[in-house]
Amino acid sequence: MARITKEEVLHVARLARLELSDDDVAKFQEQLSDILEAVSKVSELDLSDVPPTAHPLEIANAWAEDVPRDCLPLDDVFANAPDRDGDYFRTPPA
Amino acid sequence: MTVDTLRLSAEEANKLIADGAISSDELYRAYLDAIGERDPELHAFLHVCENDPGAGIPIAIKDVIGTKGIPTTAGSKILESYVPVYDSTVIANCRRRGLRVIGKTNTDEFAMGSSTENSAYGPSRNPWDPSRVPGGSGGGSAAAVSAGLAPWALGSDTGGSIKQPAALCGHVGLRPTYGTVSRYGVVAFASSLDQVGPVARTVRDCAFLYSVISGRDENDSTTVDVPEVELPTADDLKGLRIGVPKEMNGVAGIEPGVSAAVNKTLELAESLGASVEECSLPRSVDYGVACYYLIAPAEASANLARYDGVRYGLRDDGADFREMVMKTRHAGFGDEPKRRIMIGAYALSAGYYDAYYGTAQKVRTVIKREHDELFERFDVLVSPTSPTVAFPIGAKIDDPVAMYMNDVLTIPSCMAGLPGLNIPCGLSEGLPVGLQLIGPQFGENTIFRAAHALEGALGFDIVPERLR
Repeated sequence: MARITKEEVLHVARLARLELSDDDVAKFQEQLSDILEAVSKVSELDLSDVPPTAHPLEIANAWAEDVPRDCLPLDDVFANAPDRDGDYFRTPPA
Repeated sequence: MTVDTLRLSAEEANKLIADGAISSDELYRAYLDAIGERDPELHAFLHVCENDPGAGIPIAIKDVIGTKGIPTTAGSKILESYVPVYDSTVIANCRRRGLRVIGKTNTDEFAMGSSTENSAYGPSRNPWDPSRVPGGSGGGSAAAVSAGLAPWALGSDTGGSIKQPAALCGHVGLRPTYGTVSRYGVVAFASSLDQVGPVARTVRDCAFLYSVISGRDENDSTTVDVPEVELPTADDLKGLRIGVPKEMNGVAGIEPGVSAAVNKTLELAESLGASVEECSLPRSVDYGVACYYLIAPAEASANLARYDGVRYGLRDDGADFREMVMKTRHAGFGDEPKRRIMIGAYALSAGYYDAYYGTAQKVRTVIKREHDELFERFDVLVSPTSPTVAFPIGAKIDDPVAMYMNDVLTIPSCMAGLPGLNIPCGLSEGLPVGLQLIGPQFGENTIFRAAHALEGALGFDIVPERLR
């Protein structure tokens, strides 16, 4: 199976919002290729009539009464925030 | 009175308090003393609570489980300063029974690993031999319970993170049936697999702690009503039908000493009245690891998207929003979460979804059906928990694929959502060997009963030889 390219590593890192150093790119290119080669084993089976399983429980919907409940006080919500401006999380400009 | 925390079960500790032989505070201090004495070497704890409130016995908590007012790092730098503002449901359940959090235990970062070497705060060490790993990801909880630093603990298990450390440290650990224990307030890794479960010194302690934490929770819509837990008492296995999947007992890489201890235990099971018969999981073992390492990273890549430097956790500065997020995740995540996020993003990305994630979901159906069929004929399935005893720190850390193979025997039943329990069944090269008992969905009572009878007949001394 083909090894993944440096460009693919950078592409997938961008998708996942991960900054990588040059050393990281070389290391992950090697390791991710090994991992993908190992997991590609799933393609060996004939699965044409097999439905997918998303999770192992046979529940499709879990209903709950739609009643208001107390939620966290705002000071708790912001307690771990890196930056706050009143009732907003503050971030650098988009 | 003085207590020997190396020897005390949770059941015995509870009784000492109920009888007034010792106060809750005295007992708590005895465990703090044990931590002070042995944890500098073992590094089981990331945070120790000097005086957590409650009237009962202590419990150690894996650091992926949210604890109000007590730091919860998930073994990651990205949550180094995170202090939850609410208790997870399992902690609330423990507190209702008077349990006191004695500390938060080390884990591979975001529970991703089989050795705790992926913790951003350094590895834990195996109490039987500190040059070796305690397993992972829940190596901290395992080392703590094994070395008498806590009477019991909570862990979390996605592909073996409770069972495998229990095997490597020589004690009891249960991964419950998917859906029986709430994940509300627990740091998410792979949501179709993650389960919280008990880490204990005896099967009865394990069953009791399971009864404390399990049950439907309106805050976790994947939870269901759970059959009433029966504390096991029987010392025989009359009528129990044990299936021995040949692939799980013959997979490449099982050490001879591990096989020998497991086979001896199967003979013991027969002498206790069980029927033991070979059976087969032809594709579950062969394809389980590959299936797992697509589905778990795919779900992880989505779950870990929340660490963006906005609402909580680390933030690294950037000129604009996108740069801030990328720098934050670069600085905050270690290599293993980065690998899994990228594998997951790749497996879910346009053009690859069907070939990887979609195919893995179908393989999961195959694995589930193979198990379902066996439980029409058997009450429990038995195998080694880990193909090897505890390995030296550093032996596998540079080879992710070799590290992933540690979970080859624990993964298949996790993919099928089934309960699995480890009990220690002997020694190989002076290190514990773990036996895995897998039950049908919601079959916890059956595996408790079987494990309790075997535990009594085996008479394994769970105190590490060097600490006796």
